[in-house]
Amino acid sequence: MSAEYILETRGLSKEFKGFVAVNSVDLKVQRGHIHALIGPNGAGKTTFFNLLTKFLLPTRGSIVFNGNDITTEAPAQTARRGIVRSFQISAVFPHMTVLENVRAALQRNLGTSFHFWKPESTLFHLHDRARQLLAEVDLQDFADELTVNLPYGRKRALELATTLALEPELMLLDEPTQGMGHEDVDRVTQLIKKVSVGRTILMVEHNMNVVSSIADRITVLQRGAIIADGPYAEVSKNPLVIEAYMGTVDTALQGAH
Amino acid sequence: MTKAAKLIRVTYLGLLILALIAPMLGLYPVFVMKLLCFALFACAFNLLLGFTGLLSFGHAAFFGSAAYVTGWLIKSQHFTPELGLLAGALASGLIGLVVGAVAIRRQGIYFAMITLAIAQMVYFVCLQVPFTGGEDGLQGVPRGALFGLISLESDTAMYYLVVAIFVASFLAITRIVSSPFGQVLKMIRENEPRAISLGYQVDRYKLLAFVLSAALAGLAGSLKTLVMGFATLSDVHWSMSGEVILMTLLGGVGTFFGPAFGAGIVIALQNMLADKVGSWVTVIIGVIFVLCVLAFRKGIVGELQAYLRRRQR
Ligand SMILES: Nc1ncnc2c1ncn2[C@@H]1O[C@H](COP(=O)(O)OP(=O)(O)OP(=O)(O)O)[C@@H](O)[C@H]1O
Ligand SMILES: [Mg+2]
Repeated sequence: MSAEYILETRGLSKEFKGFVAVNSVDLKVQRGHIHALIGPNGAGKTTFFNLLTKFLLPTRGSIVFNGNDITTEAPAQTARRGIVRSFQISAVFPHMTVLENVRAALQRNLGTSFHFWKPESTLFHLHDRARQLLAEVDLQDFADELTVNLPYGRKRALELATTLALEPELMLLDEPTQGMGHEDVDRVTQLIKKVSVGRTILMVEHNMNVVSSIADRITVLQRGAIIADGPYAEVSKNPLVIEAYMGTVDTALQGAH
Repeated sequence: MTKAAKLIRVTYLGLLILALIAPMLGLYPVFVMKLLCFALFACAFNLLLGFTGLLSFGHAAFFGSAAYVTGWLIKSQHFTPELGLLAGALASGLIGLVVGAVAIRRQGIYFAMITLAIAQMVYFVCLQVPFTGGEDGLQGVPRGALFGLISLESDTAMYYLVVAIFVASFLAITRIVSSPFGQVLKMIRENEPRAISLGYQVDRYKLLAFVLSAALAGLAGSLKTLVMGFATLSDVHWSMSGEVILMTLLGGVGTFFGPAFGAGIVIALQNMLADKVGSWVTVIIGVIFVLCVLAFRKGIVGELQAYLRRRQR
């Protein structure tokens, strides 16, 4: 299992009624990396994630995770293998408490999730671990709050804690800092860096500050196809990328400073 | 314990005492028994709609087929009442397994349509097969003796059996909802894609919820046959599926007691108005329903709970 690449796609394509959203993508994600996937709006990044997590079936191509072809697996099965995703719009259970959200993930490995006759108290021993995970993302003080009442940045942090609870080998994060203020962006960036120890992260990210500071490798997607792939320094000098994407980012960066 | 939680306990205790002494208060026992049967039916339905987020439009199939199975086993096969009830619930659980396996592949309105379509087939089968008595229904089902020992022919004995079964089923539903399994149902209702991405095979959980709901709805139908002594086509008719939705929404979907309360209102109204206004009773209940939905979107019990929660702040 110590192969260099944890995930590999070969000729992965997705067509929606003739429209090619993901076009023959060959991507290799190196074990232990934070790998960023960038590209303009509508480039197919979310669709690509949906393919990897089996929320969509590919039109062509294959997906290999840890040496196993997982192209035709069911989504929950893929999650059990260790690929856990977050969503572009925060995915929490709004009317459960913050603690219960994390417990929801921890509960899976108990193997009692079909036990409809057992009381809720059989889950209480998970609370310690849940609180630990919450502390990792600075949410320990919100444990008993109803999730719907959290500010957006905190919800994203909670989502991260819930994902971490499953100890995934490969985390897929879809724009984890989208819609956040400066402070939240910094906090979540540090958090991602922190939790990346011992695992692999593939993340979609628009914010170039975040990408340049934590990503080991960058893949640029445009109209469904890869136009560049490599370390930040290299990719950011690629004329294709500058034309397609960086130009707008530069102005965005200037605007932010 | 919070003030609201205390209040809820006191209310339940009061209701239980009320149920236990109801016959002494001069309430007609058969009426209260019928009410409790429908209350159980609505609570079972709510397990699916309120706590899993699945709208079935075919629950009459479970209520009605169990009513027939129990009636036939007791009348023609001389089953004791407890075995008759058990067999009825099992039969509807099995039908639930088949219907559920087909329906949960689809979402939302398509799910509802499939349940409706299959329930119509069940209706047709009940109309055609010999043992249901066709248009006449299955009449004169004897109550028999519980475990062959305690005669249920007296309304009092029957009454306490119904109360006991209702309370046990109600507690069972609250347990299911708070169990580890119930937590997963809650995740599915709150955010299904997220539940999938955490590795839960949501279809299996939905199917089990469907079967449990069907079995409990069946138990309600079986109990009704035992109480009233008959099972008829109206038990499997689609309007019965509509009625249980109405009861649940009226009382408060997703609350524990709301559906039972809604069933109480509907049955009481039917009982009071039937001989005075005839078939207008449907119209009157319909109007009340529309008014309630406009005024209290969460249902009566739902609004009451929301009000208490607001006051607690
Ligand atoms: N289910 C679908 N049916 C039809 N077209 C779709 C579907 N999902 C996505 N698309 C199209 O595929 C293209 C890629 O969409 P996708 O959401 O993957 O882009 P993205 O790179 O994630 O964009 P953003 O940066 O805005 O999140 C878009 O043109 C979109 O309209
Ligand atoms: Mg996207």
